[in-house]
Amino acid sequence: MPDRTQAVFGYPSALRDVTTHYCPGCTHGVIHRMVAEVLDELGVRSRTVGVAPVGCAVLAYDYFNADMQQASHGRAPAVATGIKRARPDLVVFTYQGDGDLASIGMSEILHCANRGEKVTVVFVNNAIYGMTGGQMAPTTMPGQVTTTSPLGRDVRLAGEPIRMAEMLCTLRTPAFVARGAVHRPLHAVRTKDLLRRAFTYQVEDRCFSMVEILSTCPTNWGLPPQEACDWVEQTMVPYFPLGIFKTPDGSDRAPRPVW
Amino acid sequence: MAKKLMKGCEAIGEAAIRAGCRLFFGYPITPQNEIPEYLSQRMPQVGGTFVQAESEVAASNMIYGAAGAGERVFTSSSSPGISLMQEAVSYLAGAELPAVIVNIMRAGPGLGGILPSQADYLQATKGGGHGDFNAIVLAPWSVQEAADLVADAFDLADFYRNPVYVLGDGLVGQMMEPVEFRDERQPIRPLEPKTWASTGWKKDRPRAVINSLYLDADTLERHNVDLQAKFATIRRDEVRWQGYHLDGDYDVLIIAYGTVARVCLTAVEELREKGINAAILRPISLYPFPYQALREAAQKASAVLVVELSAGQMVQDVHLALQGSRPVHFLGRTGGNLVSPEEAAAKVADVLEGRSVEVRHA
Repeated sequence: MPDRTQAVFGYPSALRDVTTHYCPGCTHGVIHRMVAEVLDELGVRSRTVGVAPVGCAVLAYDYFNADMQQASHGRAPAVATGIKRARPDLVVFTYQGDGDLASIGMSEILHCANRGEKVTVVFVNNAIYGMTGGQMAPTTMPGQVTTTSPLGRDVRLAGEPIRMAEMLCTLRTPAFVARGAVHRPLHAVRTKDLLRRAFTYQVEDRCFSMVEILSTCPTNWGLPPQEACDWVEQTMVPYFPLGIFKTPDGSDRAPRPVW
Repeated sequence: MAKKLMKGCEAIGEAAIRAGCRLFFGYPITPQNEIPEYLSQRMPQVGGTFVQAESEVAASNMIYGAAGAGERVFTSSSSPGISLMQEAVSYLAGAELPAVIVNIMRAGPGLGGILPSQADYLQATKGGGHGDFNAIVLAPWSVQEAADLVADAFDLADFYRNPVYVLGDGLVGQMMEPVEFRDERQPIRPLEPKTWASTGWKKDRPRAVINSLYLDADTLERHNVDLQAKFATIRRDEVRWQGYHLDGDYDVLIIAYGTVARVCLTAVEELREKGINAAILRPISLYPFPYQALREAAQKASAVLVVELSAGQMVQDVHLALQGSRPVHFLGRTGGNLVSPEEAAAKVADVLEGRSVEVRHA
């Protein structure tokens, strides 16, 4: 009898079949898989170079089945700039957390976007420093308890959480900037579409692209995984709205003067 | 090729292009602005890339990325900017990436001033950044030598997969001199294809991972042992220096590098006409430092005089070389002031006639 079995689900070739160090319930794994699937679907894995950050995803160079570089803290967009300018034929992406990108690396991400480097930034925003043990991040929510805001983030002293996607939209340089989430299957499906669009813009040599993805940190939030997903929905999504903020075709959400 | 009158900074930029470098990332800072300015014009002419980075921090990480992609790349800056690059230099050394960094030194500390200095000697030669590493450091004393050393620096960086500094004082960057570029130049070391570079993995070689992170203590220690073995080879094979009047008799041996050595040479010629015998040993590689050559050259001298545009930095290496076997004297200027030939000659006379106080190490 002929074998009629057909593989409908498998491991992405752009992801190495290894055990990751991510905590149970953390959504880094989902995001890794979606990035890898997009690299496979676009057929660019063999000409991709990824840049790992400093933070929870520092070991991403062990997880993506592609050539990788590990950058110093916050400098992944500068490292990606160096790679892309040296070899414009490569597909270059960074994978960065909120401490890496929105705090120490604020200068590098802004200028990388403003130069319009043809690279793709995967920005994983989980509102906390994960690897160092749950300290306050630039994206920590008002009142959120962390190891360095034990009484909750006091916005009078620490300011309000930074909205990176919105901030990049103020730049005039053409770009694709979007925010997705992965705490519900529907959001994950939509976010994968955003990632596919982001990488496609790069492959077509169109523009800089960044997809901010709201992610969970059950360990440092002190929440079980399901409740962590609910916290994203109830606390983060209202402040960090999901959607496409800017496309290279001209649409953006640049702020207007109030008078 | 005929000689051309060029500013040191421009000759450095042109030498990099002649050495096959097509990538420059940098940030403006005086007194080296002529390097990025020259390359912003020249790189597009040769199909290369010039990027004005948002900071020295970014520029140094851009060269990390480009070097990791297997291309020749360099940056230039001056003292405060070089301080900002120290983290990346440590990462370059840790990840074993070849890159050339030109430091046209200005006076410090802090914002200091924009006039010539040699006060970054210790930063350049003793690591500068965190962790156990060394960068090769080459110090030119003329525009021609700056161009020659830049070309050599790319070969050494590629051969050893290590950052290489070309350390010039502000004078060598700003003065104009005739310079000749040798087009038929061959690499000074046999260079292998960069199969380790991250250029997209087609599974025809091991996956390339440019990285300096080793969480396991024993693995990281093995990495450090390997790095130290490389630095030992560099110390054995890459020592460069030049002597002046070392063949004859001399009472005072002057140790100076960069343009200061030229000033000292003028002083020595004048002294010798007056019958005072002095000689010069000029370190060209500051790391590795010519300890052995210095030790041997000092044997004929009754005293050693170190002349620097700093408060006394290389003098520490001179002490290490001599181990107290000869009295060491020091003449230094700071703040951007230069040493004049008269000052250097007078100091030699002071040393010989007992008016100079010996500098003791610790």
